Amino acid sequence: MGRIVLNRDRCKACYLCVAACPNKVLEADDKVNALGYYPVKVNPDKQCVGCAMCARVCPDMAIEKVYR
Amino acid sequence: MEQLVYKKPDSIKDDFKITFCPGCDHGVAVRLVAEVLDELGVRERTIGIASVGCSVFSYDFFNVDIVESAHGRSLAVATGVKRSKPDKVVFTYQGDGDLASIGLAETIHAMTRGEKVTAICINNTTYGMTGGQAGPTTLLGQVTTTTTKGRCVEISGYPLKICEILKEVDGTAYVARVTLDSPQAIMNAKKSIKKAFEAQLKGLGTGFVEILATCPTNWKMTPKGAHARVRGEMSAVFKPGVYKDRVSEV
Repeated sequence: MGRIVLNRDRCKACYLCVAACPNKVLEADDKVNALGYYPVKVNPDKQCVGCAMCARVCPDMAIEKVYR
Repeated sequence: MEQLVYKKPDSIKDDFKITFCPGCDHGVAVRLVAEVLDELGVRERTIGIASVGCSVFSYDFFNVDIVESAHGRSLAVATGVKRSKPDKVVFTYQGDGDLASIGLAETIHAMTRGEKVTAICINNTTYGMTGGQAGPTTLLGQVTTTTTKGRCVEISGYPLKICEILKEVDGTAYVARVTLDSPQAIMNAKKSIKKAFEAQLKGLGTGFVEILATCPTNWKMTPKGAHARVRGEMSAVFKPGVYKDRVSEV
């Protein structure tokens, strides 16, 4: 199973990763980040498979590391 | 035991700051070029040429030496850098307005001379940085700040097809058009960018990749909707694919 390292203060809330994630692990946060956006957060109830799709589609390199 | 399957490329600075708008494909394109530089192991001897437009900030992300050039003159500057330092890997990172409008003469002549450099062009059908004016690749009917009723043939002519022109230029070794609208497309784009660098490293000629990118801000679309436009309207006019590949032939 996988795990991502997310830098929430780099996220600009385009949510392309939310659309790309096959297990719907990522979702919009309800707290703003340093840039003033509602960044993505990891839903702890869903299981990440470490496919790194989110990191590949992220234009802001907010997903810094992916482990599997 | 968990394994690291993805990390930020070393060719991106540690303290980088992405200055692009939310959902802009530029960020993905920058990362793909950096990943290719990492994989080829040429970061230490790479010199990038920044252009004018949204791509101007290249020196803020790439962990390589960057020369800033005048608007459109990136490939002319790249020619000078490569000829004075032939052992270096030289690439330009330009937008469509820079490469195909203001710098079209420099682009075609550098490629006709077969300069051993790599050119990456981000085609988003508009001048993004200056506020969304019509560019050379603006589609017919597309509304921009300077074509308020949609681009029409009588006034502005037809969109310029960069790959179709550059494949006919004898000095190019690799010409491809790619998109970034899905994880699959992003992986294909990376393969093309790698080949464009291999064309240079093998001394075959110029490597060129045109990337169909989104500009959600100026298109006034959501990032997801903008990707749908790339897949539909844009890909219908600018057909993605490999137009010339002398790298695989060797």
